[in-house]
Amino acid sequence: MNIHEYQAKELFKKYNVPTLRGHIVFTPDEAVKAAQELGGNIWVVKAQIHAGGRGLGGGVKLARSTTEVRSMAAEILGMQLVTHQTGPEGKLVQKVYIEEGADIKKEYYLGLLLDRALEMPIMMASTEGGMAIEDVAHNTPEKIIKVAIDPLTGFQSFHGRKLAFGLGLEVSEINTFIKFASALYRVYMDHDAEMIEINPLVKTGDGKFLALDAKMGFDNNALYRQDQVREMRDLSEEEPTEIEADKYGLSYIKLDGNVGCMVNGAGLAMGTMDTINYEGGKPANFLDVGGSASAETVAKGFDIILKDPNVKAIFVNIFGGIVRCDRVANGIIEATKITNVNVPVIVRLDGTNAIEAAEILKNAGIANIVAATDLADGARKAVAAAKGE
Amino acid sequence: MSILVNKDTKVIVQGFTGKEGTFHAEQCMAYGTKIVGGVTPGKGGQEHLGQPVFNTVAEAVASTGATVSMIFVPPAFVSDAVMEAADAGIALAVIITEGAPVKDMMFAKAYAVKKDMMTIGPNCPGIITAEECKIGIMPGFIFKKGNVGLISKSGTLTYESANQVVKEGFGITTAVGIGGDPIIGLSYKQLLPMFEADPETHAIVMIGEIGGDLEIQAAAYIKEHITKPVVAFIAGQTAPAGKRMGHAGAIISGSAGTAQEKMAALEAAGVRVVVSPADIGKALAEVMKK
Repeated sequence: MNIHEYQAKELFKKYNVPTLRGHIVFTPDEAVKAAQELGGNIWVVKAQIHAGGRGLGGGVKLARSTTEVRSMAAEILGMQLVTHQTGPEGKLVQKVYIEEGADIKKEYYLGLLLDRALEMPIMMASTEGGMAIEDVAHNTPEKIIKVAIDPLTGFQSFHGRKLAFGLGLEVSEINTFIKFASALYRVYMDHDAEMIEINPLVKTGDGKFLALDAKMGFDNNALYRQDQVREMRDLSEEEPTEIEADKYGLSYIKLDGNVGCMVNGAGLAMGTMDTINYEGGKPANFLDVGGSASAETVAKGFDIILKDPNVKAIFVNIFGGIVRCDRVANGIIEATKITNVNVPVIVRLDGTNAIEAAEILKNAGIANIVAATDLADGARKAVAAAKGE
Repeated sequence: MSILVNKDTKVIVQGFTGKEGTFHAEQCMAYGTKIVGGVTPGKGGQEHLGQPVFNTVAEAVASTGATVSMIFVPPAFVSDAVMEAADAGIALAVIITEGAPVKDMMFAKAYAVKKDMMTIGPNCPGIITAEECKIGIMPGFIFKKGNVGLISKSGTLTYESANQVVKEGFGITTAVGIGGDPIIGLSYKQLLPMFEADPETHAIVMIGEIGGDLEIQAAAYIKEHITKPVVAFIAGQTAPAGKRMGHAGAIISGSAGTAQEKMAALEAAGVRVVVSPADIGKALAEVMKK
């Protein structure tokens, strides 16, 4: 789960990670009020969406008067902001963050994430603030300094010194930086974050460090114990069909092909997409129906897949283990009674009681249900059906 | 022969008396696994499925001599259960539970390593030595005895692969479902040398997926140390970047962790990489003939 910049900064403030003052607003009028309340003569108007690259897409603007604050807020609110992370359709901006200006002396990058190979968090810093860290990693990897933080020791001053000296900070600045980085590590650990990115981290004219931007992602498995984070979930930033699927214990991701897939198990679901691709088709979705594959979940799966008008055929690929294929076959037949399935459905059931399942499907005599013998056969038939063959 | 577990392995179940624990312990026993007891705090002294229930893992180990624990406790209690097993001197913990927080696993794994306890999982189907010992939730009947070792991040792809291997006239020594979470126990790099050393295993099938770099590490290891033929499939060639594909760890971050880079690394290490998972069995038959 991800949150907005302004929400991440709320968490930062509680842990004394320095940020600028700001207000979240939904209308140009509120934007002006927020600017007046903040005072000063320079403000930043920032679109709040769950994607990076907002500045380049025109979603972050510097205002030098409240008139400008108003016009910029009016321009950004309601726009479809396109960045390298949103896809070509962009994302609707529904709120903007009005922040006070800062005296920026230098920009850095600071990030925290899990290193899966080391099995511990790593903190990364770079002097190349404001640039996409993937590009820095690709073009000038020597400009990224990394420290692994053993969870058993936690963040120590030496971690901070290694980063600070690596960034070429003045000796007089090092303690301030360590305090910043140490507080950030606590934000990360205490909230079960899987990622924090501050890009840029800025050094001000008076030698202070500030999180000018803030991006945070969290471990979904830990949300049950993170009440505050859970409340920050913004459903409008997520795919409605994915949210609906989630309610029924289905894991669904929309893709842009025309062969719908319904599979038990995440690995086999990905493998099924790959097989469709290999056979010359394009998968319309990823869908893991989980272990049970009951009539209700299968029916819901059909509903969700068919919400996508591109879908021309559905490939149901179930490897029955503990769940028996005959029960799944009955589930599929039931499901076609619960919901209207108007495209060819290619069904491959293998594993426990596969032979009985094939009989059940055959005897049901449903015109648009086609049985397949194995994975390749099923994928081929589904690809052909989607092409209208 | 086999790796890690066999017909003599003594197994306890943590979360023994729960719904999942009961159902799967029963299935494992029916398969022939020596389940010698279980742990449910507060139910010590009772009997369940004809076996003793203990309050603590330490008591269970002292009383039964178990060396392996199969863990079925709910996600919030997984790290506690793993650490208790490690503390009690268990040699291998097989963690079936799905949904354990990553931070918890980070601490639990670090402690397990410190205590010299191996772990498998979490969020995995477990481990099975064909026709001897099943510790997990896989359908046992698919795994006919033979000469192929299997390592997989995915449950149903494990079954799919084993089924294809058997249909081609071969069988399995041991199959290990290592799980698809960001932090897991035994991985390819630790299991490959075990299969290399096992005289019964003549070839290895490895199933990977997008996310992380365990398959890349495996490729480097295979190139240097593995003489037996390896067939590999990497799931998620068609997965979009930045989306979590069901498994918590199955995500392409930026441009890292793609199926394509893993496939290329494995191919460069001399592994027979298949593009479609439907070809795993056929590819195996080919490498076995050589």
